Amino acid sequence: MAEQPAQVERPLSPHLQIYRLTFTFLMSGFHRVTGVVTYLGFFLVAWWLLAVAAGPNAYAWVQWFFGTWLGRLVLFGFSWGLIHHSLGGIRHLIWDTGRGFEPHEREWLARATLIGSISLTLLAWIIGGFVMGGLR
Amino acid sequence: MKGTSIRSPLAQARGLGAAKTGIDHWWEQRLTSIALLPLTFAAIVIVMSTVGRNHAAVVQILGSPFVAVIMLLFIFATTFHMKLGAQSVIEDYIHSKPVKTAMLIGNSFLCIIVWLACTFAILKLSFGV
Repeated sequence: MAEQPAQVERPLSPHLQIYRLTFTFLMSGFHRVTGVVTYLGFFLVAWWLLAVAAGPNAYAWVQWFFGTWLGRLVLFGFSWGLIHHSLGGIRHLIWDTGRGFEPHEREWLARATLIGSISLTLLAWIIGGFVMGGLR
Repeated sequence: MKGTSIRSPLAQARGLGAAKTGIDHWWEQRLTSIALLPLTFAAIVIVMSTVGRNHAAVVQILGSPFVAVIMLLFIFATTFHMKLGAQSVIEDYIHSKPVKTAMLIGNSFLCIIVWLACTFAILKLSFGV
């Protein structure tokens, strides 16, 4: 019977640490992170909807939490994550049509997603906070 | 099939065309993401319209038919998309079979619970019970 072949140290496929950190690489990871953040944030939506349905007392609790600085920070993060993941989704849908893969297009799309998500989130908070009086 | 034929697996598969199945996850993720673009925008506008209002006003907004239908669609597409997305993340990063299976089951249950809870809340507000 032949000898058991010794374990050969085969090269592993390249993994995260082998690649140069690029902006598009970061934004790809950020899309997934914002997806998970939005997943968790949606529990707040569920809490809010159930509280409205439950009555004024439960609603007062939710309103109290969203009024604290921690609540506002969480809400801000959730809204940014949601908007960023939505814009990132548009980027992926463009790629699904086979377009947008040229280097300058990839860079442009990644940049537009980030700038767009920050701008739209700030815009939403400015409208909600100052125009509609949410941050009184 | 194993052991019942001397034909090679390739010979058996050849000519049958594509599997015609197996892209469900990919397709449903795209379908829900397309639906969520207008729905998320609408939901953000709806939530913003409740800012600074008292409970009675919020009940009235969320219970009105047009808002309720948009919110129900938003909730369905979101929880469906959540289930698919978290499934991908779990499958990518959790390598222990029992932990992975438990997390996939938990993810499905959680998303269905969130879907039902939100849907129930909107329906209760709409029917005014």
